[in-house]
Amino acid sequence: MSKVRVLVGTRKGAFILSSDGKREKWDVSGPHFAGWEIYHVKGSPADPNRIYASQSSGWFGQVIQRSSDGGKTWETPGGEKMPTPGGMPAGQSNKFVYDTSSATGRSLTTHQWYDGTQHPWEFKRVWHLEPSLTDPDAVYAGVEDAALFRSTDGGKSWSELSGLRGHGTGPKWQPGAGGMCLHTVILDPSDPGRIFIAISAAGAFRTDDGGKTWKPINRGLRSQYIPDPAAEVGHCVHHIAMHPSRPGVLFMQKHWDVMRSDDAGDSWQEVSGNLPTDFGFVIDVHAHEPETIYVVPIKSDSEHYVHEGKLRVYRSRTGGNEWEPLTKGLPQSNCYVNVLRDAMAVDSLDSCGVYFGTSGGQVYASADAGDSWAPIVRDLPAVLSVEVQTLP
Amino acid sequence: MIRVVLPAHLRTLAHVSGDVEIEVEGQVTQRSILDALEARYPMLRGTIRDHVTQERRPFLRFFACQEDWSHELPDAPLPASVASGAEPFLIIGAIAGG
Repeated sequence: MSKVRVLVGTRKGAFILSSDGKREKWDVSGPHFAGWEIYHVKGSPADPNRIYASQSSGWFGQVIQRSSDGGKTWETPGGEKMPTPGGMPAGQSNKFVYDTSSATGRSLTTHQWYDGTQHPWEFKRVWHLEPSLTDPDAVYAGVEDAALFRSTDGGKSWSELSGLRGHGTGPKWQPGAGGMCLHTVILDPSDPGRIFIAISAAGAFRTDDGGKTWKPINRGLRSQYIPDPAAEVGHCVHHIAMHPSRPGVLFMQKHWDVMRSDDAGDSWQEVSGNLPTDFGFVIDVHAHEPETIYVVPIKSDSEHYVHEGKLRVYRSRTGGNEWEPLTKGLPQSNCYVNVLRDAMAVDSLDSCGVYFGTSGGQVYASADAGDSWAPIVRDLPAVLSVEVQTLP
Repeated sequence: MIRVVLPAHLRTLAHVSGDVEIEVEGQVTQRSILDALEARYPMLRGTIRDHVTQERRPFLRFFACQEDWSHELPDAPLPASVASGAEPFLIIGAIAGG
């Protein structure tokens, strides 16, 4: 019988929630890395026992953790003692250094700061880890300040794909309230050279050559909070989702507005439709129905909690515009939680499971594509990310 | 043998309990202690000082013999009692945040 493993990152550690295909009874393990902020935990599609975790702390900085046994044990790749003649380790564990090579460095030095001046790039943390679709040792890291790194040795060493920061608009990028983070990395299963990424607050970008060259893909986005609402960059994209069977169709939750692209991001149309508010963070796509999408509307950008005190997932079966609230099993009064951008995921069982985590520490699961919900756990630290592995 | 006291989170990360004991070749300084510590426990690289600049992370302090050495030059010799192992070299996390 199939199983699911839900990987949860929180403000104070990681948790792994496991169940069989019925998704009724759950085993909870954790906290792993207790006391540390775990921005993201994600498994390799090529080897589900390989899991990567981003562990960070204001005191101690960034640590990358890796498991090769499905999360039972963890190691810091590159952190093992290496008996080299000089006595120093060969690994470069946790080392994220921006490309400052003479060929590209000059244009990569600064971005826009809150006061409009230019400010140097400063590495802070890894927001998102995206394992390769085919190689368990290859993984991408989206970081703050915004940049994309790649490891091809299981996380031991990291190198920047500096064509992103260097393509030309970098000096116009600026931090959002949560920092200038590269939070979304989507790999196109039909084209190994194509990667989509998103940055707050710069926008969405695409490469078609494996990360050498990039271009902004923000045409059609309108953001009233920037001087030119239709600018090429400067949009606070919160998250993007794609169904693997239709990699040219993208769904976006922007700061405000839910958007859709049918041409791999070359143009976007708003599909907020009848949502009660189109501010939010998460967006995801049903595992088997590419036109069925989910969002969790949040009241506003100054009130980061759900609308009307009701925790409602909204589902569209028409790829946007027509939305229905999903409330069964979710609190419908006195609820003031937030659901952050990486905190929703779907499994791929026949009856698609949908999962999300809240700032109040609840992780909710639906085994029937959102029709009904139940909490797996209620009292974790604030949830930062939720990912799901569907296991044989 | 130099004794180093790590913050609890770094002891967990390094898979050690209690004080860490390390050998330091040559003069005992903040830099030589941290070099030896990171050589023995590579997973600590970047968690105490920056990978590139080697500067102390802002929320950490270095103490020895009831004195704050955080703003001393990294190559300044530490007291003989630290070099002899009689007193530990303490890496302290700031009491801040939640």
